[in-house]
Amino acid sequence: MRRILSVLLENEAGALSRVVGLFAQRNYNIETLTVAPTEDQSLSRLTLTTHGNDREIEQITKQLNKLIEVVKLVDLTDGSHVERELMLVKIRATSSQRAEIKRTADIFRGQIVDVTGSTYTIQLTGTKDKLDAFIGALGDAVIMEVVRSGSSGLSRGEKVLAI
Amino acid sequence: MERLSGADAIIRSLQEEGVDVIFGYPGGAVLHIYDALFQQNQVRHILTRHEQAATHMADGYARSTGRPGVVLVTSGPGATNAVTGIATAYMDSIPLVVLSGQVQSHLIGTDSFQETDMVGISRPIVKHSFLLKSAEEIAPAIKKAFVIATSGRPGPVVIDIPKDITNPTDLIDFEYPDTIEIRSYNPASKGHSGQIRKAVSMIMEAERPVIYSGGGVIQGEGCELLTHLTRTLGYPITNTLMGLGAYPGTDPQFLGMLGMHGTYEANMAMHHSDLILAIGARFDDRVTNTVPLFCPTAKIVHVDVDPASISKNVTVDVPIVGEVTQVLEEMNQLVDAQIGERTEGQKNVLADWWTQIEGWRGQDCLKVIREDDDKQIKPQEAVQAAYELSGGDAYVTSDVGQHQMFAALYHPFDQPRKWINSGGLGTMGFGLPAAMGVQLAFPDEQVICITGEGSIQMNIQELSTCSQYGLPIKIINVNNQALGMVKQWQDMQYEGRHAHSYMQSLPDFVGLVEAYGHVGFRIETVDDLEPMMKKAFSLKDRLVFVDVLVDPEEHVYPMFVAPNGSMRDMWLRRGVRT
Repeated sequence: MRRILSVLLENEAGALSRVVGLFAQRNYNIETLTVAPTEDQSLSRLTLTTHGNDREIEQITKQLNKLIEVVKLVDLTDGSHVERELMLVKIRATSSQRAEIKRTADIFRGQIVDVTGSTYTIQLTGTKDKLDAFIGALGDAVIMEVVRSGSSGLSRGEKVLAI
Repeated sequence: MERLSGADAIIRSLQEEGVDVIFGYPGGAVLHIYDALFQQNQVRHILTRHEQAATHMADGYARSTGRPGVVLVTSGPGATNAVTGIATAYMDSIPLVVLSGQVQSHLIGTDSFQETDMVGISRPIVKHSFLLKSAEEIAPAIKKAFVIATSGRPGPVVIDIPKDITNPTDLIDFEYPDTIEIRSYNPASKGHSGQIRKAVSMIMEAERPVIYSGGGVIQGEGCELLTHLTRTLGYPITNTLMGLGAYPGTDPQFLGMLGMHGTYEANMAMHHSDLILAIGARFDDRVTNTVPLFCPTAKIVHVDVDPASISKNVTVDVPIVGEVTQVLEEMNQLVDAQIGERTEGQKNVLADWWTQIEGWRGQDCLKVIREDDDKQIKPQEAVQAAYELSGGDAYVTSDVGQHQMFAALYHPFDQPRKWINSGGLGTMGFGLPAAMGVQLAFPDEQVICITGEGSIQMNIQELSTCSQYGLPIKIINVNNQALGMVKQWQDMQYEGRHAHSYMQSLPDFVGLVEAYGHVGFRIETVDDLEPMMKKAFSLKDRLVFVDVLVDPEEHVYPMFVAPNGSMRDMWLRRGVRT
């Protein structure tokens, strides 16, 4: 099943390459990966989605924990959590389709962030499923480009991943 | 505060760590460091003939002493040559600190002369690595490297050092830290007491128990505690290839090595057991055979310092994460208190188990079969002769192949750290440099390298280093004129098609070692084996290379039946299986 792992990592050169290298080396797959420094500049927060059964995920978390630069990690899918992903889609939007595309974007609470005579660029946030659904709902419209941030997430309530 | 150059800071840091010897090879990127090394006497440098050998020497030093081995190599090819040795140490959890030179900071990334991304190349085979950015980072990085290499599950640490930060004219404030905090690194120490109690009650109630211990017990200095536990319980014990010597090899409770080439009794006891106490072992594929068929009736207690080793290959019933000494001390206290309560009924059940084991042992699976008129030496006999004529308590290193298995099976080890081989990576070329590292650590001890004519040629250039430092190693070359283990597999699985497993144009080893300034003997018949071997061991202060011509047809048995075999499925002799 799909899992979201959230990792606090020392914000040091080479730390990210160790995480990515571990997945390649041990034949695990990475579906999405997002990483940026946190409010504490010495730490990066990394969110990673992957697929695996309980046993595989246990091995992945143990192996990640063995990396010296991994400070802490949590499998967000173990509990209730909030998950968001950002997507930018550039769509061919000519006269006849412009209204329809705009309506679809509104339904998904997307925002048009760039407009030209022949294109719309739409920004959309949500879960992976919502973004997938939006792509599906675009129907005949010509998608010129898609960029997705990969999922980020936090546990709901009082539970935090911090040092 | 003291003002030092980066180069001096490196050497001072090594001194502060109590490093007495390092192994290396100079080159452009480390010239400042070598100059600093030259101007002091505390840290001895051993000049090898190849960087791979330098890492194996440091590895042999570490395995025999328990202290971390230190390597110094230059950038580019110096660093890449060290990679095999680092991977060897990583697979067997050996503490090494490898200092590699790097091109000047401003040249990194420009494909400059002798530049390679050492941190990148070594990343999957190190416990951790550092690329230093400034001279100020030297002391804390070296401190961290030693802490990380030697604690928890040990392993190699690489420190990549750009040349410019070692410049002798740039001075920095130097102070070596006594301790260092690494907030993201907290290896387990004490095991979970509840789990230990649960494990002990299962151990006490077991009817067909086996203790299965590995290299972790030796690395973690838990051998005496393990021996006490095993003797108190009166249970059979088997060791992995890496764990030999953790329990006395000549003791009747010892069943021999287990696994692909383990003894019949050890593998049968494992397969039929109802409780396996695994300590510092990792259920390697060379131990388990086919995992779904592994020990079907056994409950498993697994003690290991590395949580990732637990339930990685085989799911266990009671995991205990902790240092082997801490866990075994707690187990011993509980067992010592409870052993007196064992009932007659329980004692009888255990006696029945031992009767069954003695039946298996009665098969005498290691019996060497020879025709009376056959004068050819069996490879097993070469190992037995080395054992008997060396006094039996020598340090023994091996290379990789048939001779390695024969050494593991036919040379018992009564003490830990005496048997030194590349178990995980299986690195041919390991044996001689590892023996040199041991001999340098223990100048007055007997050191034997059991090798083959294939393996020895992978690092034979180190005979020159042996001359330079006067290392009186005894090299037993089990010469079957073939890559024996490859040939054995080809005999068994490829209908005897020996694709490139013969060594043609072998050198005259005696002439070769004499050219390096050593003594060489060639033994061709069984009648010469004992007297010549005795003569070799009598030359105390010389390196003696004993080229023993052995029966080229001999296979290593027992051997697991694969694929789809369990631990009880073994070839016992040619064409004879369980």
